Amino acid sequence: MRNSSLRRGLEGIALSLALTAAPMAAAADLKIAVAADVTSIDPHFFNLFPNNNIAEHIFDKLVQMDPDSKMIPGIATSWKTIDATTWEFKLRKGIKFHDGTELTAEDVVFSIDRVPLVPNSPGRFTAYTKAIISKQIVDPYTLRLKYAAPYPLAPNDLSTIYIVSKKVAANATTEDFNSGKAAVGSGRFKFVRYVSGDRVELARNDNYWGDKPGWDKVTFKIIKSEPSRVAALLSGDVDAIEGVPTADLARIKADPKFNVTSKISHRVIYFNFDHLDRVSPFITAKDGKPLAKNPLLDIRVRRAISKAINRPAIAERVMEGQAIPSGQLVSDKLFGNVPGLKAEAFDPEGAKKLLAEAGYPDGFNMTIHGPSGRYVNDEKIVQAVAQMLARVGIVSKVETSPMGPYAARASKQEFSFEMVGWGASTGEASSPLRSLLATYNTDKGLGAVNWGRYSNPKVDYLIEQALQQVDDDNRRIMLQRATELSMSDLGIMPIHFQYTIWATAKAVTYVPRTDEYTLAFQFKPIKG
Amino acid sequence: MQSVVVLLVMSLLVFVGVYAVGNPIDILINPQADQAEREQAIATLGLDKPLYAQYFVFLGGALHGDLGKSFVHATSALGLILERMPATMELALSAMLIAVVLGIPLGLLAGLKPNGVAGRSIMAGSILGFSLPTFWVGLMLIMVFAVDLHWLPSNGRGPTTLLFGLIPVSFTSWEGIKHLILPATNLALFNLALLIRLTRAGTHEALLQDYVKFARAKGLSNSRVIGVHVLRNILIPIVTVIGLQFGALIGFAIVTESVFAWPGMGKLLIDSINFLDRPVIVAYLLVVVFLFIIINLLVDILYSALDPRVRITDSKG
Amino acid sequence: MTPANTVVRGVETPFQRVVSDFLANPVAVFGLGLLTLVVLAAVFAPVISPQNPYDLAQLDVMDSRLPPGSPAPNGGRFWLGTDDQGRDMLSAIFYGLRISLAVGVISTVCALIIGLTMGLTAAYFGGRFETFVMRVVDIQLSFPAILIALILIAVLGQGTGKVITALVTVQWAYYARTVRGAALVEKRREYMEAARCLALSPSRIVFRHLLPNCLPPMIVVATVQVAGAIALEATLSFLGLGLPITEPSLGLLIANGYQYLLSGKYWISFFPGIALLLTIVSINLVADQLRDVLNPRLQR
Repeated sequence: MRNSSLRRGLEGIALSLALTAAPMAAAADLKIAVAADVTSIDPHFFNLFPNNNIAEHIFDKLVQMDPDSKMIPGIATSWKTIDATTWEFKLRKGIKFHDGTELTAEDVVFSIDRVPLVPNSPGRFTAYTKAIISKQIVDPYTLRLKYAAPYPLAPNDLSTIYIVSKKVAANATTEDFNSGKAAVGSGRFKFVRYVSGDRVELARNDNYWGDKPGWDKVTFKIIKSEPSRVAALLSGDVDAIEGVPTADLARIKADPKFNVTSKISHRVIYFNFDHLDRVSPFITAKDGKPLAKNPLLDIRVRRAISKAINRPAIAERVMEGQAIPSGQLVSDKLFGNVPGLKAEAFDPEGAKKLLAEAGYPDGFNMTIHGPSGRYVNDEKIVQAVAQMLARVGIVSKVETSPMGPYAARASKQEFSFEMVGWGASTGEASSPLRSLLATYNTDKGLGAVNWGRYSNPKVDYLIEQALQQVDDDNRRIMLQRATELSMSDLGIMPIHFQYTIWATAKAVTYVPRTDEYTLAFQFKPIKG
Repeated sequence: MQSVVVLLVMSLLVFVGVYAVGNPIDILINPQADQAEREQAIATLGLDKPLYAQYFVFLGGALHGDLGKSFVHATSALGLILERMPATMELALSAMLIAVVLGIPLGLLAGLKPNGVAGRSIMAGSILGFSLPTFWVGLMLIMVFAVDLHWLPSNGRGPTTLLFGLIPVSFTSWEGIKHLILPATNLALFNLALLIRLTRAGTHEALLQDYVKFARAKGLSNSRVIGVHVLRNILIPIVTVIGLQFGALIGFAIVTESVFAWPGMGKLLIDSINFLDRPVIVAYLLVVVFLFIIINLLVDILYSALDPRVRITDSKG
Repeated sequence: MTPANTVVRGVETPFQRVVSDFLANPVAVFGLGLLTLVVLAAVFAPVISPQNPYDLAQLDVMDSRLPPGSPAPNGGRFWLGTDDQGRDMLSAIFYGLRISLAVGVISTVCALIIGLTMGLTAAYFGGRFETFVMRVVDIQLSFPAILIALILIAVLGQGTGKVITALVTVQWAYYARTVRGAALVEKRREYMEAARCLALSPSRIVFRHLLPNCLPPMIVVATVQVAGAIALEATLSFLGLGLPITEPSLGLLIANGYQYLLSGKYWISFFPGIALLLTIVSINLVADQLRDVLNPRLQR
């Protein structure tokens, strides 16, 4: 009795507090919970997803990406090649930095030059600027970039380089960006505050050259734990969250107070095979003795593994419908997709037959590795795959670890069969092809993440040709041929394209993006 | 001097340990980088030198109060930790406050009436407090008080104001306190249970002592006997445990901070382990060791204030 | 008083006294009964479980996240539902108990042996060795266990053996300190004098005479520590730094189910949570009573 009246009293207090708080929330403020820590505001310091996500708001780029990862004009209004190796960019006139100075080609050249010079950078953007051999400022609004060889990817590459103000950033350190002193861009939002590990606060740039966002103030709160992030949305502490765990999807969808939006990502989830001619480190015979040779070298074994995996079941049960089974590198929205190349059909009997043909009628023992907490449901996918392989006789153990130590070991070929994900950040199939399937070659910068060390000279030839082919149609065909060839080899084994999921309060909608970014200006208040 | 040795040994062990786990460059660098960029990045982070040379560079810096720069944040590792420390300290102190304010009276009650209903239920509750895993209780608190009842915010830290113009604290505003209640309660639970049991045991023992019986026999009022004689007698072990447990609170704050997205230094440690951000891991440990040394010193001083028979110079055991 | 060596008819042996004192408290008896059940369930997990949750071939993701009481493909029922991999929760809890208890008991026993040896030898020989050991113990005890374990796992990597190593490292100091305290008291007793006069070898004195007399407080500490180790392992698993995911302990089961709590699929973490709770509570109840029975003066 007393208890319930006490509770009613407390609810009354809570209610009155909620009422007084309500008008504040109604002002055009947006609070978004994001999943990963922002390590710096300096847009050239560290090529890391959460950092870039914030930079997208404060800074502009020559070329922008629309929600479908198609290139659209940014600072540059148009771009074209004027000879085989030179690109010309026309810049928009009258773009103002947040401090009022005008953005010109000087600032663009300064930003490109700054990329390789940021001190102590753990991960630079140089991959996107190093091919430029000279820069010419024709006039304040015209810039020419010269490359050593024909370079079709110039606009794609420049869609990753944020333009900073030469005046402000000339002698600025990364710390100056973090404190806000140098965080002066020309983007839709101005920098307000950055509290490491906690939040980033932004305010609308009323002088932005394009559509102005509908929010006065935006706060990104960093909440890593998935249930905590969902709880923040459910309790009304934030207006939107990214990375909605599939576990909570049904509940949020069923609740009329929230909207859920999702979109197929540019990220493919796949497995690497050990392609090295050696005693594979995590494969043994059934009795635990080492196998004389690596069974994964045999295409029949790789095919059997691919057939044993029930991709639709993973998409339906593990991903709760938030994935599309895949047999290639990029989804049909992206450049270089091969129409009609389907995911391998589930065929456990065929898998057993192939294993028997390859000389492993009883299968073998294998440990599967995977990262934890890096991709949507990563640990669960690895376990589900292990189940399915166990049923065709490949008895699998599973080991997972956080991405850091995991990537360190995988890149040294310490595993036999491991799961990874790859986002085609330039919006086309050349991105996964050159990093995942080209033969590992540090001099050319090819195959950098080819952890399984797959190598096929024909595929290499097609990739290298495509990377120099300025004509879009020819390039597309070469990329498609390279994809088909490497997929029929099972150089890597795609599982699915994951969906990126956002959830918002009822009064807010989001235009979802292929590139997984959570951009405040794509949240729209619903009027009424 | 012993503390200096501890600091040295700890730093060396962690340095070597993290080195053994893997090369952070593999995680940090853009996978499309070529060999030259890779080598350049390794050189800028100082990872190209042999391990002992890296350690000596670190030691040289440490002598000047510089514990190195975070690989990931580009700022000084010590600065990062000091920036996060107030949040953790605020959380730990609030938790300790809750544990003491509730624990000692409840323990006294349970000790004075060991066979009553109240005494028994307090003890049963304290066993639960001992046994429930922190992370699970944390989520339950969020579910009930934030999601279902909407009384308190589910996570994060409220607005902060500067204390002495230096230390950001959040307990100065009602909004800040609201943010603090759930995580502090969560963190307090274990110590609350511990203090209840300790106080009960101490009370139990004190009541059997001759001087308490004598005080009773003298006709002193019950409240005076308890307030002065019993309480005084149980205070010393309790202060010790509070001192020891404060360290544990800072450690266990790691769990609470992950559940409640509390921007403290425990969360920083977990992130740094995932990134193999060695400077931060090493700096975190050194800061924590240093903190513990100070806490122990404070406990010793409190000792002698509470009990003139104990001198700081007395060796333990 | 040396334990159980002379039995005089009609007089209680110390052991009988301990047993009857223990049984005098109904709560403790309840705890002991519960603990017995828990241990039996863990030991006979393979016999009583409807499914072997560690055999991947027996699991099917198509059966995942079924609510309690759903029919199972083999004709039975998933009485406590299934988890996100299609594991029968009831079986998973029995097996998880096994792992949790095994990790707790093995790490405690190893830590006990190391701690006892270090503590006893330190107390017996004294001098520099004692100073050194006790310094290490002091330093270690001033660190929160979770922090040491976390750093160790970060340095060692993951896996059952490594978790046990971390737990042993965290715990041994408690025993070393406790046993040294007890041994210092015992050392001054007459029987020790006598043993030394008989010129018995130091190891014989330490292990045959000193050790048995220091055991009672150690048993109490060890019981509490088993519960502590189980809880610590659960916390490590929760932070993603524990055991392999295909052979989940109770802690890992809870951590896995943690993400389903808000979605209404309570059974995935609720039941393992209850199992963990019952285990730790029963151990603590028994430890509490043992403490009172074995040594009335030893009160924390």
